[in-house]
Order: sequence, then structure tokens, then C-alpha cells
Amino acid sequence: MSAGEKILQALIVIALFFAVVAVILVLTSRLRSRVGEYIQSTAFLLPTLILIGVGLLYPAISTIRLSFRNNFDKLWVGFDNYQTIFTDSDQLRVLFNTALWVIITPIVATLIGLIYAVLVDRARFEKFAKALIFLPMAISLVGASLIWKFVYDDNVGLVNAATEAIGLGRHHLLINGPWNNLLLIVIMIWVQAGFAMTVLAAAIKAIPTDIVEAARLDGVGGLKMFRFITVPSIRPTLIVVLTTITITTLKAFDVVRTVTGGNFDTSVLAYEFYVQSFRSNNAGLGAALAVLIFVLVLPVVIYNVRQMRKVAAR
Amino acid sequence: MRSRNMRRLAVAGALSASLVLAACGGGDDEGGEGGSAGGTSPGEGRAECEHLTEFGDLTGRSVHVYTTIVAPEDAPHKESYKLFTECTGAEVEYEGSKEMEAQILVRAQSGNLPDVAYIPQPGLLQTLVTQTETVVEPPASVEENVDEFFGEDWKSYGSVDDTFYAAPLGANVKSFVWYSPKMFADNGWQIPQTWDELMTLSDTIAATGIKPWCVGIESGEATGWPATDWLEDVMLRTAGPDAYDQWITHEIPFNDPAVEEALDAVGAIMKNDEYVNGGIGDVNSIATKAFQEAGLPILDGQCAMHRQASFYSANWPEGTTIAEDGDVFAFYLPGSGEEKPVLGGGEFVAAFNDKPETQAFQTYLSTDTWANEKVKLHPQGGWVSANKGLDINNIASPIDKLSAQILQDPEAVFRFDASDLMPAEVGSNSFWSEMVAWVTGQDTKTTLDNIEESWPSS
Amino acid sequence: MTTLDTDISDARTISKIEKASESSRKNLTSKGASVAAVVIAVLWTVPTAGLLISSFRPEADIKTTGWWRIFVDPSFTLDNYRAVLSGSSQYNLSEYLINSAIITIPAVIIPISVATMAAYAFAWMQFPLKNFLFILVFALQIVPIQVTMIPLLSLYVDLGLAGGDAPGGGFYTIWLSHAMFALPLAIYLLHNFMSEIPGELIESARVDGAGHVQIFTRLILPLMTPAIAAFAILQFLWVWNDLLVALVFGGGSPDVSPLTVQLAALSGTRGQDWHLLAAGAFVSLIVPLIVFLALQRFFVRGLLAGSVKG
Repeated sequence: MSAGEKILQALIVIALFFAVVAVILVLTSRLRSRVGEYIQSTAFLLPTLILIGVGLLYPAISTIRLSFRNNFDKLWVGFDNYQTIFTDSDQLRVLFNTALWVIITPIVATLIGLIYAVLVDRARFEKFAKALIFLPMAISLVGASLIWKFVYDDNVGLVNAATEAIGLGRHHLLINGPWNNLLLIVIMIWVQAGFAMTVLAAAIKAIPTDIVEAARLDGVGGLKMFRFITVPSIRPTLIVVLTTITITTLKAFDVVRTVTGGNFDTSVLAYEFYVQSFRSNNAGLGAALAVLIFVLVLPVVIYNVRQMRKVAAR
Repeated sequence: MRSRNMRRLAVAGALSASLVLAACGGGDDEGGEGGSAGGTSPGEGRAECEHLTEFGDLTGRSVHVYTTIVAPEDAPHKESYKLFTECTGAEVEYEGSKEMEAQILVRAQSGNLPDVAYIPQPGLLQTLVTQTETVVEPPASVEENVDEFFGEDWKSYGSVDDTFYAAPLGANVKSFVWYSPKMFADNGWQIPQTWDELMTLSDTIAATGIKPWCVGIESGEATGWPATDWLEDVMLRTAGPDAYDQWITHEIPFNDPAVEEALDAVGAIMKNDEYVNGGIGDVNSIATKAFQEAGLPILDGQCAMHRQASFYSANWPEGTTIAEDGDVFAFYLPGSGEEKPVLGGGEFVAAFNDKPETQAFQTYLSTDTWANEKVKLHPQGGWVSANKGLDINNIASPIDKLSAQILQDPEAVFRFDASDLMPAEVGSNSFWSEMVAWVTGQDTKTTLDNIEESWPSS
Repeated sequence: MTTLDTDISDARTISKIEKASESSRKNLTSKGASVAAVVIAVLWTVPTAGLLISSFRPEADIKTTGWWRIFVDPSFTLDNYRAVLSGSSQYNLSEYLINSAIITIPAVIIPISVATMAAYAFAWMQFPLKNFLFILVFALQIVPIQVTMIPLLSLYVDLGLAGGDAPGGGFYTIWLSHAMFALPLAIYLLHNFMSEIPGELIESARVDGAGHVQIFTRLILPLMTPAIAAFAILQFLWVWNDLLVALVFGGGSPDVSPLTVQLAALSGTRGQDWHLLAAGAFVSLIVPLIVFLALQRFFVRGLLAGSVKG
């Protein structure tokens, strides 16, 4: 295919989707009644439900089914795969590491992203300053992991050069647990802070100017403005950012895969899932680990639903 | 099972059809599965095309081949298919990806298969055959070539349950110790001929203040594999090839005393602070040193020996001369002195359909013609095959010559990398990770017990 | 008069003093703020700067010494960039840049248009099973792409969308897959921003006789610009940096392979050429960075200003 043909294909597919959207909008634009609203909402949701149903729901259900089957002849084995997870001693370490990741990453990344977004808002070099924090996001998780692998390297790593320069000597940073887990988490924070900053900056920009001005006239400034105006105004977005980073962290295996390969007690659930499914060729056990990740996200889902109820009730 | 038998029938049918066609001197079997595509082969009458003319005129067809080999090593592969295209008219569509080992299973289970894949591990071939039932047996011409040009052992690595599926392609020799000929000459060190001499030499070197060995086993998610190679190589020497085979098939447990002895012998080098880790650090530094760079301290004289496969020649920086009188070279990792066991690896050509162009391509790759074509495309070295028809004189680089000589040596006892033959749970998971734990302090017994425990029960 | 004057001047002095102390307090916090911002910015930039410097260092230097050595012992080369970019080399990243763009642009536009509609329905329409459906969509964010590979690819094969004769050379499966995987997060983010819009706005529009379609197109879309821009940036990045979707659903033909597929291969079959990665990574980095800087102008302050009472 020539570049021209490829561009043509891209234009066709975009036009196709715009046509679908346009048809839905035009066909439902005259509806006003309650029943009309049902039809409208169905039309608004139809493309989403089809795409998600095919692309995510159906595979998720097959994964759940697969988690009850064994590896060789695909026979039903009940909860055997789950039992393996909870009786294997290494898996406890994996669960502990996963907990570390899921607690530390969202909180620290969001905090840094928030502080930075507030600090550089309306600053002179705002765009440039934001681009600096955003940069890691643009590198991809694997790329970021490679960069940090060099930062932590025994011989040519920046951290070891620094500790040696200030007289603390050289260390095998990635081998020694449990600190090595924190070093890996730093990579994830480094990437996710850019995400937090981008979304929170958009939310901060959306705070109505008159609220900020009114507060300023009342003599509110600096930290107080942050505490009593900024944070409450973007609270729902903060929850969104925390939730998204939590879910991303639960799913992410690239950092562990690239930096330590799960060695030195650094494995996490998502990486175990990947190893069992694609390296050990243990599809059943891998599926069970994936289902465990689904289950772990339930508290986050429930919390979000409660928050949304509160907002709706307001 | 049923579908496999049906395929077998189809293959047999296609084969007899092709025999009939060959007898009639061609026919018009348009679009038929397997055998000849009919018409007159573009290579008719050319000596180098003699294996391929039976497939007829394949002009306008193409073969999609999926491999683990990416740039820059993919260039000679693509180049070597030119003769195939000249002989048959069919084009080859090449796809290389380092994710291929996982992706081929995904594609097999989804039904989105290439025509041909280069499988780098017999264990993966077995999984594809038994679990996905997608591999199609090759035509008789391929088996004839393999019988003619490859040893029994190599054919068996391309077979599953005594059925032959995949012809060997490239090969590498893992039983090599890289060293600097100049450094050895300057110090009066001799190349050791037995394991004992190797250990004595290590002591001699250590006494000069130079750490004799440098090792690195970091390799991303596959971290640990160089250490498994070490153990396999030593196991072949201390326990012998028979015990090695039993170890792979689990006739003796992974934590058998013979394995323990071998691992302790490795530990006498790898976990010895006097011996390692030349130019890199202490014993623990082995676990985090990238295998790609672990041998480089040899160039600065900070390390004397680095055990790594023939393919390590690609890792020396540009401008390094690899020859017996050059900057670096390799010697055979010695054993008891009587037997000459060789550890190695290689790829195998599996096909997923029996279209004539697929079968023609399989046939082409199994010939000595292709092996010699391919090796000529490596003026800098970096490729050998276990194909006995490979003319040593066509090989440009000294290290590849040495590898080919070892592979063709009737005295040498070749064994395939054990971790590539063991079940994936062990061979590409616990064996790697437990060896990493072993290097960073875990004792020999615990290590082997843990791997034994991970061996799948059914 | 004098007393009055004094009073006035006193008052002026007092207010001056007050102003002075207030501005000094402001200066203090903003100084501290500047320092904090600079510290974060430096911490965040150093590793990337190291990569940038490495990409200009010769192979042997990269492999043996840290990048900061360049300040002591400067040696620069453009060889790495030449190797990955030149049309005559085997890598020729520039050609794959086009594929990346072809994949990314529809894969950003499609999910955004679909998700904005869905988010509107979830936020401002009443229909049965609304909460259940929303929770379902939201929860499906957790499904790792890896578990979808086999079921989804089988489906594509059955539908004739994947394989050798795939329509559009295999681009359609990549676009569709990206759209599917992006939707849960897109809907969740956009729904959240959308429910922030005061209900009175919507109500008054309805009273004026506007239907949902009019409210959606005339009122909501303009108000949503910052959120849509934010999500567009993120989606752009994910697609641009994606390797897995392209690898699995694209079928592997170089015709449809994005930059990442070539980047992954850049270090050589056995990882011996990783010095080229730094240069390759920077080639890949430039485009998302430009997109980020370009879309920032849509982060406009106070679109809602004046529309909110209180």
C-alpha cells in the first residue's frame, strides 16, 4: 500500500464513524417525550455497547470461564487454579508487592501531579514547564523502564555515581529487597505524574474564574486557596485520577518485566498473569490471576459508585 | 486428534497426487492442496533448482514466514530467498518479531497463522503440535533432505512423539569460552584441554590479580538463561549425555544428586569471589549485568574468560577482530577429555498448511543448496547450520568455521539446550528465576528442590 | 485640616503597610512554590536528559560509562540517528512514522466521538439500567489487553477482518481494537467532567425548548473542550506508544506496522545493538510532544465563568 492509499483508508474510517454519529444525532434530534429519551439514550449508547461488548466483555467472560479449566485438555478443574495461587508461598510475596504498588503509586503520583499543576498554573513558562513533566508519558512504559534501568545500573548508573560521590559507596540497587520494589514504583510514579498533571490541569482551568476572584477579594491566597478553593473544586477529578492510576498500576507489568523480570522478589500480580499465560503456557492459571485482578479492583469501583451517588444526590 | 488424522490423510493424498504428477511430467492440478501447482517451474533445468521443480509454477503466490530474527540479522535471510523465487516464482513475505514465541501461540489459537514459522525451541514446537494441533507434517522431500543432511539427533528435535514435523534451520554452539588470544599468549597461558586444567588455569589467572571469569545473566524477562546454559554445559560433562537426556524427560528428578554435583561445579566458578566478576564487580553483580556486555571486560584485560555461545560474536564492538590470532576468540569448554559433548541450539521450520508454495519453501530450506547460499551471505560471520552439506570453505569467519567443525564432528555428542526442551513452566520460568536466586545467595539444594517442585504433574 | 490630613496619611500608611506585608507573604509563598516547581521539574527531566545525551554518544562510550561523563570528556556523534533514520539503513524509522500517524489519528478520533455521546447519555439522560450499564463500562477498564487477544483475534478471523486478505491491509482491526480498549476510560473521564456542568444550565436550555441533541452539540461540546483535549492527548500517547495491539491485531505486515514495532526490533535479535534505542526513542518522542504543546491551547480557563451562580 502506498502512503496515499493508507491516508485514504484512514479518512474513510473516520468518515464512517462520523456518519454513524451524525445519523444518530439527526434521527433522534426531534424526540422529546420520555419514551423518546429511552430511544435517544439507546442510540447514544449503541456504538459504545457494541464495541465494549465485543472487545472487552466477551473476552472477560471467556477469561473467567478459562480460569476454571486446566491447561492440557481444557477440562473443568473447579477452583484448582485459585487454590494454586493462594497456597504457593511465592504468591504471598506477589500479593504483598502488588499492595505496595497499588497504595503508593496513585497517591504519590497524584499528589505530585496536583502540586505541580497548581504551581505552574498561570506561571510564565507554563507550557514548557508542563511539557517537562509530561515528557515521561510520551516515552511509553517500556521506554521509561529502560531509562531507569540505566539510572539504577551498578556500573554506569546515576544513583550509584551519586552515592559513591557522597561517600556512601556502590550498591546492587535492584537486588536488595524490599527496597527494590520502591525503586520500581518510582518509575511508575515518574510516568503517571504526567497523566495526573495533564488531567488535573484541565480541571483547574475549568474552575470558574469568578469563584477564584471572589476568594481572592476575600483575601484568600496561597496555601489557603489551594486547600479551600482548588482542591474542593476539583475533588471529583482527583478521584478520577486516583482511580485511573490505581487501575493502570494493577494492570501494568511492563516495568517489572523490563527492569527485573520478576526476580529478586519484585513480581506483581499483573506480571505473574503475563508469565503464566504467555511464557509458562499455563492459560488456566493465568486466567485465574487475571480474574483476581478484576476482583481487586472491585473496592475501587464501589467507592466510585458511592461518590457518584453523593454527587447525584447533591 | 481427529483433525490431525484428517490432515495426515490429506497430506498422504497430496503426496501420492504429486508423485503421479511427477511421473506424468507435470499436469494442471490448479489450486490443489499440496503437491505441485502445475505448470512448468521457472527453475526447470537449473541444477540448483532440482529440489524445487516438482512443485510446478508458483508465480504470483507468496509464502508468509514468521520468525524471531529481526534487523540486522534478517537481511541475509531475506537475501537467501532470492534463489527460491528464481526457481519457483513464489515470493517470500518475511516477518520478524522478538515477541514471536508468545505471539505464535496466540495466532495458532486464533486461527491467524502464517504459512511457515521458524521455531527456536523444540518445546514450543511440541506445544504447537500437541495443544493447538496446527502444525502440518512436511512433504516427503523435506524428510528425505533431513535424513540426508542432518544427524539423527537433529531430526529428533524436530519431531514430536516420533512424528517428524520440522526441519532444522540454523544452529549455534553454546560450549564456547571466549578469551583474548593476545592476553593468553602474553601471560603464557595455555588453552585448557580438560575441566581440571580449566580450574588450574583459573587459579593461575586469579593469582595474577586478574579475575579469571566474567559472567552476566541479565536479559530482561529472560534473566537467568545464561546461568541455565552453564549448568547444562557442565551437567553434560559431569553426568554424561544419558543422564542429561533423562533429566530433560524427568526420568531423573530435577534435584537428582547428579544435577546437584553439576551445579556445585558451576558454583565453584560462578560463586567464587576469587574468580568473578572480572571488570564488573562481585558475585552479586552477575545477576544484574546484561549478558550482552558481560564479556566485554576481556577487551580491557580485566577479565580472562567468558563462557557464551557462538552468537556472542555479534556482541563484540565494531572493529574487534574475532580470530585465533585476533582480539578475541573462543575455545571449546573442555570436559573429562575423553568424550566431547556439545551444547547448542537452533531453529526449526514448521509449516501450518500444505499449499505447494509452503511445501516448496520447506523443501528449499532443508537443502544443502540453501545452507551454502545462506552462509555466503555472512562475510562477517554470525551464522552456521548443522546441515552436513554445508561446505566449511564457504564459511568466512573463523568462529563460525570452528562451530561448523564441531557440529559436523562425528566424535562430538551434540545435545540441545535442555531448558528449550523442558516444559515451559520449568524451561522458561522456574529454571531461569531459581538460577537467579541461586546466584544471589540461595543454596544449591533449595534451588534444585524449588525447580523440581514446579515441574508440571501431568 | 491637619488632623484630617494626618488621619488620611495614617490610613494610607496603614494600608500601605498592610499591602506590603501581604505582597511579601505572597512573594514568599510564590518563591517557595517556584523552588518546589523547579525541583520537581529537574527530578523529572534528568533521566530523559540522560537518554537524550546518550543518543548522541558513540556506541562504545554508552556501553562503558555514564552519560554525565560527556561533560568531562565530550564526544558527540550523529551516527546513532543516522543509523535509525537514513533511508538506506535497514531500520528506516521515517517510513514507520507514517504508519504510526495513520493508525493513531482515527484511533483517537473514533473513541472520542463515540465516548462523548455515551458519556452524555450517562450524565444527562434517564433510562432503565443506567447505573448498571455505567458500572459495567467503568469496571471493564480493568480487563488487560492480553486476555482479549485470543477471543478477539479469533472473532476478527471469523469475520474476515484479519489475515492475509484483510480489508485496508489490516488497519481496520487495529483501529477497532484501539477504539474498544479506549472506551471505558474515555467514558469514565468525560462523564466525570460532564456531570460537573451545573444542572441549571441544562434545565434552562430544556425550558427554552432545546432537545438533548441540541444541548449536546451546542452547549456541552464547547464546554467540554478542555476535557476532550486532555483525553485526546492521553489517547494519542497510548496509541502512539502501543506495541501489543499492533503486533497482535495488525497481522505483522510491515505495511501496517507502527514505529513501535520497529523500535522493539532496533536492539537486534539478541539485544546487542541497544545503543540505537536512545536515538530511536527520541525520534518517537518528538511527535507526541508536539501534539501535547499544540493541544495545550485548548486548556482554556474559565469557559464556565459567569455561567455559575455563586
